[in-house]
Amino acid sequence: MSVAATRGAPYHRKPWLKRMADSSEPYLYSAPALILIVVVMLVPLVLGISYAFRDIQLLNPFSGGYIGLEHFRALGQDDAFYRALKNTLWWTGASVLLQFVFGLILALLLDRPFWGRGVVQALVFLPWAVPSFLAGLNWAWLFNPVIGPLPHWFFALGLMDEPGNLLSDPRYAMWGPIIANVWWGIPFFAITLLAALQAIPRDLYEAASIDGANWFQRFSSITLPFLAPTIAITVLLRTVWISNFADLIVVMTGGGPADRTQIVASYIFTQAFKRLDFGYASAIALVLLGLLMIYSMLIILLRQSLINKD
Amino acid sequence: MRSSLLPTVAHRLAIFAYIIFALFPLFWLLKVSVTPNDLLYSEGVRLWPSQTTFEHYADVLRHSAFPTFFKNSVIVSGSTAIVVTICASLSGYALSRFSFRTKYWIIALMLLTQMFPLVMLVAPIFKILSPLGLTNSLTGLVIVYSAFNVPFATFLMQSFFDGIPKDLEEAAMIDGATRFVAFRQIILPLTLPGIAATLGFVFTAAWSELLFALMLINGNDAATFPVGLLTFVSKFSVDFGQMMAAGILALIPAGFFFLLIQRYLVQGLTAGAVKG
Repeated sequence: MSVAATRGAPYHRKPWLKRMADSSEPYLYSAPALILIVVVMLVPLVLGISYAFRDIQLLNPFSGGYIGLEHFRALGQDDAFYRALKNTLWWTGASVLLQFVFGLILALLLDRPFWGRGVVQALVFLPWAVPSFLAGLNWAWLFNPVIGPLPHWFFALGLMDEPGNLLSDPRYAMWGPIIANVWWGIPFFAITLLAALQAIPRDLYEAASIDGANWFQRFSSITLPFLAPTIAITVLLRTVWISNFADLIVVMTGGGPADRTQIVASYIFTQAFKRLDFGYASAIALVLLGLLMIYSMLIILLRQSLINKD
Repeated sequence: MRSSLLPTVAHRLAIFAYIIFALFPLFWLLKVSVTPNDLLYSEGVRLWPSQTTFEHYADVLRHSAFPTFFKNSVIVSGSTAIVVTICASLSGYALSRFSFRTKYWIIALMLLTQMFPLVMLVAPIFKILSPLGLTNSLTGLVIVYSAFNVPFATFLMQSFFDGIPKDLEEAAMIDGATRFVAFRQIILPLTLPGIAATLGFVFTAAWSELLFALMLINGNDAATFPVGLLTFVSKFSVDFGQMMAAGILALIPAGFFFLLIQRYLVQGLTAGAVKG
């Protein structure tokens, strides 16, 4: 019936106004969302890029002039920036790897039916619902020898010479936010991978069992190949996301002690929030954006090649 | 029979370890929040205090600005969730049902917003909102959070619309309804679970946001919960009982929405992470 209706259309040409209205319809639907995105994200993005070449300090009324590449020259000599870059790699690498490994194990554990699975699933996914600032504070308290049990346990196990605060020890401080991040992020990986696991046809496993394949053979020749696209995309997207994720560090250590936990994202925030030097903050942000864009190109290429394979 | 016992036991033990790891920090939060002040240090590493009290909760509710923070956060997160869900239903519908020339550009734009570091917008957004009087205002936060959450919510709503057959609104349109009427009266009611999931996701995201709230808000009047709690921690960092009681209170709305959207988590996060 709908075929007949559309076939009939060209014979009595729609009036000009009606055609206009029809072709603008999708834009009307997407307009509110697009306006929000353009006004609140795209315009500030462009503005932020221009700030990188200007001297913008909130407390200095005489600032605002164009200074060309001055910020980037300063950035090239800024040791704190290079340390932050190194810390970002360490923070992102360790967090993503641990979240992925533990998330995959959890997904595999939950993929097999057992009594009370629904409740268990709700409980182990709960950290994901904890607001990130609270997750940060919560772990900061756990690491605090005054109020938290962890330093005393570490001391009892002989891992620490005295029950001190991990977050104020320059050598290991980064582990604090990383552990908090792993705790908080495991559910995300587990949920995503569980969804992918449940899409694998069950009869494949049965057939493999009948042919005498053991658990490891089934895992490496059925599960992994099926999960590979999800793993690749989730890990890559998560890497970008975590390298920008400054909340836990701002809350737990503020970048300290002695900049040992300062990542690029938290460094940008510190420059803008504490020193109110918007120009310099934007210059660092632009460099970070450049690095992430190179990385994102990889994602898009990978995505494209995976889609083509289907 | 005997050979399958060992893997089963290992499986249950592993599950148990995950539950302990996931819940222990929250348990500790609860434990300190109900420990009376005089037992706080003497029973520091005990798993449960010998006496419990709710005085920290009473103090937080009566003698601090936390009720204001709580109210502000509810207003901001609630408004953001509503604004985003309306915008994302419309744009998600457009992406699901129409094929138009700039569709792929719109998708690319939304993907781009998911990629770049939001922290780089902190300074420009402050500069734009400040002359408009939208810093230190809840409206400013709602506008900013709405924009941040609209792309993900759009992809989420799109995946729910994709699951509803096109014939439904086509039939209604042949009967003379306009597309918008068909959308509102036939399609939207069918996507109620999707709408609930989107509301929940956005509410939780807005409830947790910290960096922009820190930058855009100063002073207690317009502070949201994260800002209030963090200022409280840096100013009065000795009153652990009260801080953790406040932390538990901050957890309640997020936990409530988590239970509400738990069923859609797998669907939603997959849509966001893999498709979007």
